[in-house]
Amino acid sequence: MKFNTKIRNLLIILFSTLALSACSTAKKSTVGTSGDVYTGTDTVEYLAPGVKDRVFFATNSSSLTTASRDTLRKQADYLRKNKDMNVVLEGHADERGTREYNLALGERRANAARDYLMTYGISGKRISVISYGKERPVNSASTPLAWSQNRRAVTVKAN
Amino acid sequence: MKKLFFILVIFFNFNYAYSLIEVDITRGNLDPLPIAVSPLHVDAQSDNLQDIKVKELGDLISSVIESNFKSTGLFNPLNKDAFVQKPDIAHLKPRFEDWSLITAQALVTGKILIKDNKLKVEFRLWDVAAAKEMVALAFTTTPTNWRRVAHIISDKIYERLTGETGYFDTRIIYVSETGPKTQRVKRLAIMDQDGVNVKYLTLGNELVLTPRFNPTNQLVTYLSYFRNLPRVYLLDIETGIQEVVGNFPGMTFAPRFSPDGKKIIMSFAENGNSDIYTMDLESRLVEKITDHSAIDTSPSYSPDGKYICFNSDRSGLQQIYTMNSDGTNVKRISFGDGIYGTPVWSPRGDLIAFTKVRAGRFYIGVMRSDGTGERLLTENFYQEAPSWSPNGRLLVFYRETKSGNDGEGFTAKLWSIDITGYNERQIKTETDASDPSWSTLLSK
Repeated sequence: MKFNTKIRNLLIILFSTLALSACSTAKKSTVGTSGDVYTGTDTVEYLAPGVKDRVFFATNSSSLTTASRDTLRKQADYLRKNKDMNVVLEGHADERGTREYNLALGERRANAARDYLMTYGISGKRISVISYGKERPVNSASTPLAWSQNRRAVTVKAN
Repeated sequence: MKKLFFILVIFFNFNYAYSLIEVDITRGNLDPLPIAVSPLHVDAQSDNLQDIKVKELGDLISSVIESNFKSTGLFNPLNKDAFVQKPDIAHLKPRFEDWSLITAQALVTGKILIKDNKLKVEFRLWDVAAAKEMVALAFTTTPTNWRRVAHIISDKIYERLTGETGYFDTRIIYVSETGPKTQRVKRLAIMDQDGVNVKYLTLGNELVLTPRFNPTNQLVTYLSYFRNLPRVYLLDIETGIQEVVGNFPGMTFAPRFSPDGKKIIMSFAENGNSDIYTMDLESRLVEKITDHSAIDTSPSYSPDGKYICFNSDRSGLQQIYTMNSDGTNVKRISFGDGIYGTPVWSPRGDLIAFTKVRAGRFYIGVMRSDGTGERLLTENFYQEAPSWSPNGRLLVFYRETKSGNDGEGFTAKLWSIDITGYNERQIKTETDASDPSWSTLLSK
């Protein structure tokens, strides 16, 4: 019994060291916010290597941050190279607002992202918009971090 | 559904002239009126029925009446074990001394007869102290309608004792919710005001939100994500026929009927801007009511149809505004600390109910239609979407609980509260529920 416990403890230490080093070296998955805009990459998916599929917003806001504009420029590059591809921009809100207003807010966020793609030369005809309001969170926790991950506009391939 | 409206009402012995017991409903009632609801006597000559236990029907009807009264917080239905008089004799001539001995101030008696597939119900309301009959009524309907009979009796008694219109013979339409928070399945559901007789109107294949009745309760307008195109729909409850409202090139949402039922008012979102529109259901004529670069949504008419209250962030954050029904004379009416949403005009016209968010807490409140006299009725982690009872005395709304990391602990339930701020209670539903909307009285 004692021996077993020792081995187990040793294994735990060994594995956690491995895990830690993996974290520090492998492609990092980050969690964090600036102001209350999510800046991490947890929940983020990629349209292509290096091309994030979503941008995040502050509470009650549809303004694009510097990081969001960078993401959208990369999306525009990608869409220019893939001329036959159409996309849907999905706008979302967190659960801390009234349902009807959140539907409008999600639509405003999706359009903010769409407008930016259009200023970088992507035809509006290739981008349709849908708002889900607060109906489709990615993170179901009731925490400020989860809410920041849910305030988003996601670019989804439509074909 | 049509046959529900086949109810014959025969009035006899109406003595409104006497002013007898009265229940004051303008404050939270700390001293509810003790009322004895005697089981209704079942006439021995009643036919037997296949689906209904006729012998128990008298007890069933009286217990529905009791639970209606209990839910108001204004009445205290007394325990039947203490009743000494037999239902049939009590209905003919109550021994008032006996009833006052068990502290009853009001007494309800009645009898029923089932013959040729018709249910005949008769009831009386008695003032025990004055030893007088206050109301006596008789109805004839189909036996399957017995719950509605219980609700109509409850309404008549409530009206006689409080001087207000009742609200028991009503339904609530709502959104039934199941499944995980990230992939919620939502269906339209309808139930009696007391949570019984639930029917699901949609299958849950697409997201549905914010159902609202028309004034005759036969049509419902709501938002559906059918084919991933969020649009306002119209549903005929009797036929099940659904149609898109209008031909808008983008999302329409936040629909409500005008008080005459002829128009639907809603928001239309285009290029990041939501404005308020109406569509006439007969002529199909669409009219733009607001024209502002801000979000304008959650419109609701005053009961006379002359004004509209709505939600807008034109001043920066969500606030409540009113305007004439043609869109002129826009006025901001909410000025308190925090943000305001979901304004709904009371059926009496005097108050506007709303959701308020302040310091991360959600409140349901009411204010006068000029924005004065704000009163917050209830505070919680998350609650919104108040809807008025047809008599303007109660609000029904939904409340969500805080959830843990995987969404555990999350619930969405319907609650009601008196506009006095008293008598907050949950309305039990089979599933989680949100977006409640109260019908008007079914029998007027």
